[in-house]
Amino acid sequence: MISDLFSLTVLLGIISSGIRLATPYLFASIGEAFSQRSGVLNLGVEGQMILGAFTAFYVVMNTENLLLGVLAAMGVGALMGLAMGFVSITLQAQQGISGIGFYLFGLGMSNLLFQLLVGTVETVSGFPKVPLPILSDIPVIGKLFFDHNILVYLAFLLVPIASFVLNKTNLGLKIRSVGENPEAADSLGVSVSKVRYFTTIFGGAMSGLSGASLSIALLNVFQLGMTAGQGFIAVALVYFGAWRPWGVLAGALLFSLVNGLQLWIQVLGINIPSEFAVMMPYILTIFVLTLSRSKYGAPSALTKPFEREG
Amino acid sequence: MTDLELNSGKKDRIESVTMQGITKRFPGVLANDRVDFDVKASEVHALLGENGAGKSTLMKILYGLYHQDSGEIYINDELVKINSPTDAINLGIGMIHQHFMLVPTLTVTENVALGLPSSRGPLTDLDRVSKRILELADLYGLRIDPNAYIWQLSVGQQQRVEIIKALYRGADLLILDEPTAVLTPQEVDELFGIMRQMVKDGFGLIFISHKLHEVIEISHRVTVLRNGRKIGTRPTSEVDKSELAKWMVGHAIDFITTTDQIQCGEVRLKLENVSCESDRGAKGLKDINLEMCSGEILGLAGVSGNGQRDLAEVIVGLRKVSSGRIILEDEDITGADVDVLINKMLSYIPEERMRDGMIKDFTVAENLILREHDQPKFSDNGFLKLKAIEGHAKELVNRFQIKTPSHKTMAKSLSGGNIQKIVLARELSRKPRTIIAAQPTRGLDIGAAEYVREQLIIQRNNGTAVLLISEDLDEIFALSDRIAVIYEGKIMGILSREDATKEKIGLLMAGVMPAEQA
Ligand SMILES: Nc1ncnc2c1ncn2[C@@H]1O[C@H](COP(=O)(O)OP(=O)(O)OP(=O)(O)O)[C@@H](O)[C@H]1O
Ligand SMILES: [Mg+2]
Repeated sequence: MISDLFSLTVLLGIISSGIRLATPYLFASIGEAFSQRSGVLNLGVEGQMILGAFTAFYVVMNTENLLLGVLAAMGVGALMGLAMGFVSITLQAQQGISGIGFYLFGLGMSNLLFQLLVGTVETVSGFPKVPLPILSDIPVIGKLFFDHNILVYLAFLLVPIASFVLNKTNLGLKIRSVGENPEAADSLGVSVSKVRYFTTIFGGAMSGLSGASLSIALLNVFQLGMTAGQGFIAVALVYFGAWRPWGVLAGALLFSLVNGLQLWIQVLGINIPSEFAVMMPYILTIFVLTLSRSKYGAPSALTKPFEREG
Repeated sequence: MTDLELNSGKKDRIESVTMQGITKRFPGVLANDRVDFDVKASEVHALLGENGAGKSTLMKILYGLYHQDSGEIYINDELVKINSPTDAINLGIGMIHQHFMLVPTLTVTENVALGLPSSRGPLTDLDRVSKRILELADLYGLRIDPNAYIWQLSVGQQQRVEIIKALYRGADLLILDEPTAVLTPQEVDELFGIMRQMVKDGFGLIFISHKLHEVIEISHRVTVLRNGRKIGTRPTSEVDKSELAKWMVGHAIDFITTTDQIQCGEVRLKLENVSCESDRGAKGLKDINLEMCSGEILGLAGVSGNGQRDLAEVIVGLRKVSSGRIILEDEDITGADVDVLINKMLSYIPEERMRDGMIKDFTVAENLILREHDQPKFSDNGFLKLKAIEGHAKELVNRFQIKTPSHKTMAKSLSGGNIQKIVLARELSRKPRTIIAAQPTRGLDIGAAEYVREQLIIQRNNGTAVLLISEDLDEIFALSDRIAVIYEGKIMGILSREDATKEKIGLLMAGVMPAEQA
């Protein structure tokens, strides 16, 4: 029954899963926001995510060391970011196409490694819930916001940090200027390629972490293609959020809430075809992207390689 | 310790800079050919030459943006290697570029702080920077609001930001590449005031301009480049304007004016009570009534930023009219599609040609057909006729003397003035019936500027209606049949050329109504 959706428990359930599900979006989108603010469009996020997811899963499966799993996933993501940087910054390749290339690479590689090294569906014991003392005892709200695994907290903490870095630090100033007018930055002695390498590597690491949050915190398994387009949605969220961390947060929450709703529709067996329910977030993506004035605030030098002439 | 002490502690002041035998080759062009150039503290050394002569190239080498193929640079008689702008900045060299190097979405303070170490480590110290900006601004009379965003500023103000950027970095040699091209006469006076003050304080200044009277007014020495070669250097006191012109282009130049009576034909373009909103705090238009007939040049005088740009943009359909009607050749074109305007042979020479008039990453030939690429002349059922396009490009390159290695060269690698010529050639060559020309000779060397003026007069004599928007009163007086003055988005008055005097126009430009003038 549709009306089941509106009971308090279900609503709270939707919000709670929405918050958890926002985690992978947040990591990946914030990373992507950094690289786009500096002028690099990385469409390979999905590939970095899935390879990160596999890496984290595999490491944890073998070592049972969660921290090691996270670091390995970030390392693999960073390496792919470095490769993306090399192709798009140093070789100045067309960014859209090279991003798609990295997506396909990450997808294929994770499939291959999974079949070679794991083969069957296995689960790992991932990050446990860490209820925050006192805060989690607040009625209703406590369970909603302060009873999650550590990566969830980290993802939400990343938003103000990212905003601070972009707006209040020298690094952020360089990132913003390089993405708007690289010639101007260059004429003041700012190394455009250094800044862009930094952001693509950072973005890659965040995508890897995002993948890890799926495979060793949210679901605790690895499945082929388990990122299911979330990396692409993360890219869309950057547009939705007008390239600002807080905007990205709003977008991520919106999408994950719809995702949570969709899950609950299935759980409750409500009479909507489940395929349609699964489509909801994607339909929303398209809808929101057409509505959001995506031109507003786009870094002027986005996708434009920079080379000093002469 | 103050920033000033920090900066001056780093290095000796620049007493002299000497460039020796500088050669720089680009694909297909020898931009600098064994050029010698020097500048000393407390002097203004002007660099003159036609569009594409190699002025900007020589200066970009000095600023570390380009690397010379051969030749040396000495500072205070010591050989230096300048591999990047950072090197130049550390040596005390600053540059105000022909195309400003500012990040429009950042504030003045952020633009100044960019790339500098901060007193707060990894965090920005914008408060401190903005305080120091105000100090510097005070010292040289550079009025500026440190918290304003660059996009909110007029070009004159943006230039002040560029100067402050250089001063802040402790420059004592400043390269000014065509700083006056985008300024109003009043702003030029202000800039010259600042420059004189700097000379007194021991700065060395390199000044590039196509306006000979400016060179004569402000410089101590002048060097002329032609086709990448240095022709010579002389003390400014020994030359006059016509001599300089001759020296520069290699032959004498006649300065033209229209003298014949106008043959005013039917009304071509009519604005009825047109108002519009403007963006970013600039003034919009208020109730504009204007009529232009075929065969006349209507000059529009005014201090920049009083609505000239909005006026041009509403006519060519780039800006929404909030009330009123625009009638072109008896048809209401308010809000019409650009196609309609193109088919009515309306040409538009935008003021910001780099941004609104061309595509930097297209070739010269492609830029020359931007407006007519889908006409049968250049395309056949969706396929471009490459031969026709090439022929067209070659003809225009030749006629307008666009200096380019070939028609296949990317527009962005041309010199500043030659980029302008592409737009002018395209818009003037398509036999327009109406022309909206905003600052058409800005950035052109004197030869090219005269050629464009001549073209406008020829068009007028053939019955074209021309709206000439210019801040250069000499140009307005030389070409216009009637002169309209715009102030704060309103037309203050329209005078025939016989009735117009510079005094009358000047007062109208300042917003003083004729009644008050009496
Ligand atoms: N980055 C570049 N790549 C290729 N050619 C270039 C480049 N920069 C300049 N040139 C060429 O070098 C020549 C000199 O250009 P430069 O910009 O120095 O001229 P300029 O004297 O400053 O002219 P203007 O008065 O038009 O600004 C031109 O023919 C130009 O096409
Ligand atoms: Mg130049």
